[in-house]
Amino acid sequence: MSSEHIDEVSGISTTGHEWDGIRELNNPLPRWWVITFYITVAWAVAYTIAYPAWPMLSSATKGVLGYSSRNAVKIELAAAEAAKGKYVAAIQQKTVSEIAADDALREFAVAAGGATFKVNCVQCHGSGAQGSKGFPNLNDDDWLWGGTTEQIQQTIAHGIRFASDPDTRQSEMPPFGDIITPEQIAQVGAYVASLSGKVQDASLIEPGAKVFAENCVACHGDNAKGNKELGAPNLTDAIWLYAPGETAIAVQVRAPKHGVMPAWIGRLGETKVKELAVYVHSLGGGE
Amino acid sequence: MHVLDKTQMERLEAKAVNSAKTRQPLYAPRKKIFPKRASGSFRRFKWLVMAITLGIYYLMPWLRWDRGPFAPDQAVLIDLANRRFYVFFIEIWPQEFYYVAGLLMMAGIGLFLITSTVGRAWCGYTCPQTVWVDLFLVVERGIEGDRNARMKLDAGRWTARKLVLRVSKHAIWLVIAAATGGAWILYFADAPTLIGDVFNGTAASVAYVTIAVLTATTYTFGGLMREQVCTYMCPWPRIQAAMLDENSLTVTYNDWRGEPRSRHAKKVQAAGQPVGDCVDCNACVAVCPMGIDIRDGQQLECITCALCLDACDGVMNKLGKERGLISYATLSDYNANMAVATAGGSGPVNPSLVRTADSTFSARLAHFHIRKIFRPRTSFYMGAWTAVGLALIYSLLTRDRLEINVLHDRNPQFVTLSDGSIRNGYTVKLLNMIPEPRTIVVTMQGLQGAEMSVVGSDLPAARFFAIAVEPDRLNMLKVFVRQPADEVRHAAQTFKFRVEDRASFESDEYTATFNAPEIAR
Repeated sequence: MSSEHIDEVSGISTTGHEWDGIRELNNPLPRWWVITFYITVAWAVAYTIAYPAWPMLSSATKGVLGYSSRNAVKIELAAAEAAKGKYVAAIQQKTVSEIAADDALREFAVAAGGATFKVNCVQCHGSGAQGSKGFPNLNDDDWLWGGTTEQIQQTIAHGIRFASDPDTRQSEMPPFGDIITPEQIAQVGAYVASLSGKVQDASLIEPGAKVFAENCVACHGDNAKGNKELGAPNLTDAIWLYAPGETAIAVQVRAPKHGVMPAWIGRLGETKVKELAVYVHSLGGGE
Repeated sequence: MHVLDKTQMERLEAKAVNSAKTRQPLYAPRKKIFPKRASGSFRRFKWLVMAITLGIYYLMPWLRWDRGPFAPDQAVLIDLANRRFYVFFIEIWPQEFYYVAGLLMMAGIGLFLITSTVGRAWCGYTCPQTVWVDLFLVVERGIEGDRNARMKLDAGRWTARKLVLRVSKHAIWLVIAAATGGAWILYFADAPTLIGDVFNGTAASVAYVTIAVLTATTYTFGGLMREQVCTYMCPWPRIQAAMLDENSLTVTYNDWRGEPRSRHAKKVQAAGQPVGDCVDCNACVAVCPMGIDIRDGQQLECITCALCLDACDGVMNKLGKERGLISYATLSDYNANMAVATAGGSGPVNPSLVRTADSTFSARLAHFHIRKIFRPRTSFYMGAWTAVGLALIYSLLTRDRLEINVLHDRNPQFVTLSDGSIRNGYTVKLLNMIPEPRTIVVTMQGLQGAEMSVVGSDLPAARFFAIAVEPDRLNMLKVFVRQPADEVRHAAQTFKFRVEDRASFESDEYTATFNAPEIAR
């Protein structure tokens, strides 16, 4: 095969390669393409010098510019922290009611507290803080342990009936199944239900009131309005932690259930607890 | 088996379409075009269009428009940061972007209308590509001279003079390109401030990137690629085929009077041969910015800039012949005249057939009449264009500048309070869409016995409240609506939030839902 073969149609020399009569034209690459190619090669070499690139035994070459994606993240996080810094500092300084009174701080605390709530609280209280059976709805105006920002802060920080926290909110309703008769339990159930609704057998109400006066007023109060010092619920309102109705009330009187809320101060720290308190207070029921 | 001999074999009359002898290469290098300067009425019209369009583009951002102290005073401003779009007295919020969609529809239909009437007038006169190429050609001619000088310079060796001319040409092109990119960004921020920032080096990086990109594209498209953009990149030449019909005016070479062309008309005439008006001077070819010969007929590359028309008219004037050898004509007129010139298609063009004995044009020739513009097709385009325009004007004149949007809390949908009453939460958005502060009143309609309270305000719970709203802003309120237990009628009741400006009598309503548990009834 001759080394120089000219294609008849185009007048361009071929590479001398032939496959079943098909020849490859020896067209040079366009100049701009070649230049671009060499630029990319130079760029790639420069890049591996400037940036971390070559894998070594334990790590990769560092690159002369000292770039590190870890540092880049650190810088961004630091910038985000710095942007929050002035609010966080103010929140550390001030009491929760002062925070709630300051528009800018409250807005920040509600946003931050909302985020914390979504991670730590929704498992029991629900994503809308609407609670469920046994777990209080935080949107309403009924508070077992008080609904001021300070009281909410205390509850979040130290929990309820959380044994390992000495400052936890503590109370326990005795199981009255051991103390009074089943008949008396039915009577007091009817009485309590009658305070906020209708009952089937009105004849039970009067003896029930007597049972209540003898056994329950110590905690729930003479008028059954409850006592927030003791976490004793208001029995005259429309909100029931477990279930409304005389039967459900009788069940709770016989063998009371007690919810437990963990203390969050150790896990979240004071700032986040304050933010959470302001957030929960802002949901619509705060006192 | 019966065997045919050679002579009995049928010979097919076939020719390889892609025979190696005649095959065209797929890639052809560009042949440079050196358009000659044309002069005439269309050239003057194009100068005017160029001055107007470039004037609008470069100067518009500097126009001021007083909107009071609460809005920018730039007449045309696309304020992306604040999501506002200002065009003179009109202010558009992002949710009103359909006005822009409407304008785009009008632009599209308008393009159809213009094309079906006067051909590719957009391409020939107002397309930015055409206008900027024209501008770049002015620079090229000013520095390197007209066609012949430029061809000579291009073919010549690199000398100091050539280098100086080329460098200065490209430098001026780059300045124009940079000014084009620079003017673009001025539509997106206060022009006087931004231009200062750009020169100080304090403008946002996006401004510099935009300038760089538009400088590069303007320089490349207008200076380097020119006609290739129209021929290879732009879809419009392909679409135009569907837009043009036999009654559309296009730049046409009238072969019925031009052919047979000859450079030696007198000699040919003396020999008794027919001779047309075309003297084959190639003036039409020399001025063409697309590098085509209009005498080949309608073609994809032709942007109908009508410069060949000017060039040919100039030649016809000099020769003492009627102007219009190249003219704006419709295909139907052209075909009719061709039929006259070829005696119904029976032979080649014979120019004597279109002229009477005293060598004026025959009365049988068809001429364009303005009536032909009004056809069902153009009327339909005009109607659609007008309908969209009127709809836009109507909606612009009747649009609300005060709006209320309400989002019902979904989690929880309702809250039972200790007294048994039901509370629903709403995020109420009040849109004050004028650049003036005002006080507006929000009232509740329906939902018996219910009252609303605004979170974070000390307004008492009531069925209405007044609130001051900032100029040109959206105010977002959290509103709780509370209905006593004995008033709750259904699990889902509807009621209205009504917002009104008692000074301007503007108002808006939003129908919201109030949810309650089934048990509360």
